[in-house]
Amino acid sequence: MDLVVSLALQILYGIANLALISLGLAIIFGMMRVINLAHGEFLMLGGYTVVIATNNGVNIWIAMLVLAPLVVGVIGVVVERLLIRWLYGRMIDTLLATWGLSLLFIGLVTSIFGASTATTISPPLGVITIGAYTSSGYEMFLIVVTVLLLVAVYATLKLTTLGLVARGTMQNAEMSSALGVSTSRIYMITFGLGAAVTGLAGGLLAPITGILPTIGAVYIAKAFITVISGGMAILAGTATASVLLGGVNGIVAFLTGPTIGEVALLVTAIILLRLMPRGITGTLFRKSL
Amino acid sequence: MNRAEIVLETRNLSMHFGGVRAVDRVDFSLSENELRCLIGPNGAGKSTFFKCLTGQLRPTAGEVLIRDVDVTGREPHQIGALGVGIKTQVPNVFEGLTTEENIWISARRWHRSSRARTLTAETIERLQLGDVRSEPVGRLAHGQRQWVELGMVVAAEPWLVLLDEPAAGMTHEETVRTAELIREINRTAALIVVEHDMQFIRMISRRVTLFHEGGILMEDTMEAISADARARQVYLGHRA
Amino acid sequence: MRLSRDFRGTLIVAFCGLAFTLVAPEVLEFFTIITLSQVIGLAILALSLALVWGFGGILCFGQTAFFGLGAYAYAVTATNIGGSTGAILMAILVAAAFAAILGYFIFYGRVSDVYLAIITLTVALILYSLTRRTSGPEYKIGNALLGGFNGTAAPPLNLPGDAGTVLFPEDTFYVAMIVLILAYVFCCWLVRTHFGRVCIAIRENETRAELLAYDIRLYKLGIFTIGAALAGLGGVFFCVGVSRVTPDVFSLSQAAVAIIWVIVGGRGTLIGPILATFALHYLTASLGSQALLNANLVLGIVLIVFVLLVPKGVVPSIIDLADIRRQRRVARSRERRLRLRRTRNGSESAGVAE
Repeated sequence: MDLVVSLALQILYGIANLALISLGLAIIFGMMRVINLAHGEFLMLGGYTVVIATNNGVNIWIAMLVLAPLVVGVIGVVVERLLIRWLYGRMIDTLLATWGLSLLFIGLVTSIFGASTATTISPPLGVITIGAYTSSGYEMFLIVVTVLLLVAVYATLKLTTLGLVARGTMQNAEMSSALGVSTSRIYMITFGLGAAVTGLAGGLLAPITGILPTIGAVYIAKAFITVISGGMAILAGTATASVLLGGVNGIVAFLTGPTIGEVALLVTAIILLRLMPRGITGTLFRKSL
Repeated sequence: MNRAEIVLETRNLSMHFGGVRAVDRVDFSLSENELRCLIGPNGAGKSTFFKCLTGQLRPTAGEVLIRDVDVTGREPHQIGALGVGIKTQVPNVFEGLTTEENIWISARRWHRSSRARTLTAETIERLQLGDVRSEPVGRLAHGQRQWVELGMVVAAEPWLVLLDEPAAGMTHEETVRTAELIREINRTAALIVVEHDMQFIRMISRRVTLFHEGGILMEDTMEAISADARARQVYLGHRA
Repeated sequence: MRLSRDFRGTLIVAFCGLAFTLVAPEVLEFFTIITLSQVIGLAILALSLALVWGFGGILCFGQTAFFGLGAYAYAVTATNIGGSTGAILMAILVAAAFAAILGYFIFYGRVSDVYLAIITLTVALILYSLTRRTSGPEYKIGNALLGGFNGTAAPPLNLPGDAGTVLFPEDTFYVAMIVLILAYVFCCWLVRTHFGRVCIAIRENETRAELLAYDIRLYKLGIFTIGAALAGLGGVFFCVGVSRVTPDVFSLSQAAVAIIWVIVGGRGTLIGPILATFALHYLTASLGSQALLNANLVLGIVLIVFVLLVPKGVVPSIIDLADIRRQRRVARSRERRLRLRRTRNGSESAGVAE
């Protein structure tokens, strides 16, 4: 019984982790149809923000929950204004430009902070004991944060004017510009928001993974798979794909080890896309957010 | 009608988008060497019907038979492989390739290299595209691009030809030439032509099928349809 | 006429390559020749992506997956059978087979190009993290330890059928160069065949190609697989040049540089990406390991600048420029002739007026 609970928590954490690292990417993809290849570096920058802030005496919770999303969100807005907006409507060039950005950020951070691991910070909160098994309290905290984050994005999409326009844009980009909404401004806010959520995720994960200029590469494969398996709908896509892929990964990893778990995740995604080439929400739950 | 002569037939063909019945239980047949025009106001379902024939849409229900072979839900290339020539409503050409290369790609699908080359030359001659032979098609005027696309259809030497608005965006002179070309194609192939332009239809057609609200309202000569009260109602009612 | 002109271009390039092959060992340092073998492997990778992306229109961000698989397949096979000839074939075969299976899912699922780009990249990245995890002694294929992030040793080339006679670095360079030239000529030939032209047509307009009764899925799968086989071959020369293969062949930055070579050299040409590979490799190598301007930073800037300012790439831009100048020259000479005629007519009419 304890094993089951512990395993369930482990799988739940795997799912939450996927959702957490993918949500910012999904926001940008759902609204702008653009995969941000610098996503991993946004995560990395969130992590560096936390490390640097705590080293300078800032409270770790403030660094993770306030500073990381703020800093990376601002970087996102700047990137959108300086780079992305010149490439509207050129999907492939946008992908390539964000890839260039990814390299640029890696290079920049390496130049400034060096190629090796920055000072590590240990995860706050202790361990939780379930019978004979233990579970990390911080991982439980991350599950809760992920759920809250999904709820917050849902509320934003459902209740605010921005959300209304966002939903319009998701259905039809021309329609909202016909309504007199400045698409350019919406894209700027979207990119900023997506970057902020990504920065938050990167900050929260920094204590677990440690921080390197190239740490982004660790996350992005999974984030990409989750988002394209999910499809256009930001929330429903992220949630369903995280549950499916996280579940498969967790169970297979438990049975055979992490290496095969990752292969299973990839194979599941590829088979899924053979059946649903536009992702889960391109075929099912089409009207969802 | 003699069954042996039927080259294309639909039975109970339906295409629904959500709650919209774009095409609703259509029974249609085309016999050998026939030239049939499909007309109807916007939204009558003729283009959707056309796309079901070409394999670009998979019908919700019913079947499409070409020479008694059930081709419902097949891919466009499988329909094309039966010897069916197709021109879509939106001009679909290879923009970056020259006129010659465009037509060669079509001819080469069916013939060995040397025959494909002569066939390409003949087609260019026949469609009077000699002046723009080496021009990238993307740089041609709209009417000429339509002609290049018709050239691709002709070069494949099809026995059944499906054309969606072949005269759209053409000048009067070009339209007249297109009508001539279509009559010429009709000597060796059966045709279905979807068209808006009534003048153009008068130039080419013998028998016309009038679509309305996803179904066939009537089938007759253009003169009879022009004189018919229901047909007028469909067009006038739409305009009003 | 056009055809023969294109073919002449191919031959000229091939002869320049041959001349370089003969001259390089005479004028360059021994160490440079050794490094060049790796760069030639990378150039074959660039050529394969130029074919798949530039001509097939398939946006494969993870071409390095096949490159790396080829390298690993070569290293493992050569270690086990003790000769390089069979290992090279194995490398090509493994890369092609993997691409054929992956491509089946992608093309028959009609996955759109953005998705395709991301999926192929993800495949490369997953291979990266998988190979990095193979450090334990249990991860061995036959006699070859995979070796985790340290990678595995890649045996040198030997004479076909004679595993004892190992090629010297100069000989390896000759072989690599000749393979590159042959691969280039092969690609030039391929894009002019019926198959190649249909692939280009599909790049231009999928719907039209389908309506002309071409099964576009099959053609895409075909060129994707051929490209992967070439990439696998490139992997062989790369790992022979380095004498090791490590998971870094699958890394994000390796995938990025392959894309950058093609962007810089230009999509739609075959020689452009090859030259770009040599040029950019020289550039990043000369930056060395100095901290301030590291390779990632420079490559990132190069990529962004090219996407924003030279989206066609260098070689097509030069061709365009030459075309414009030629047209201008033609227009100018025509104008001059006209003016000349007009002034002559003018003087005549002036004469009449007098």
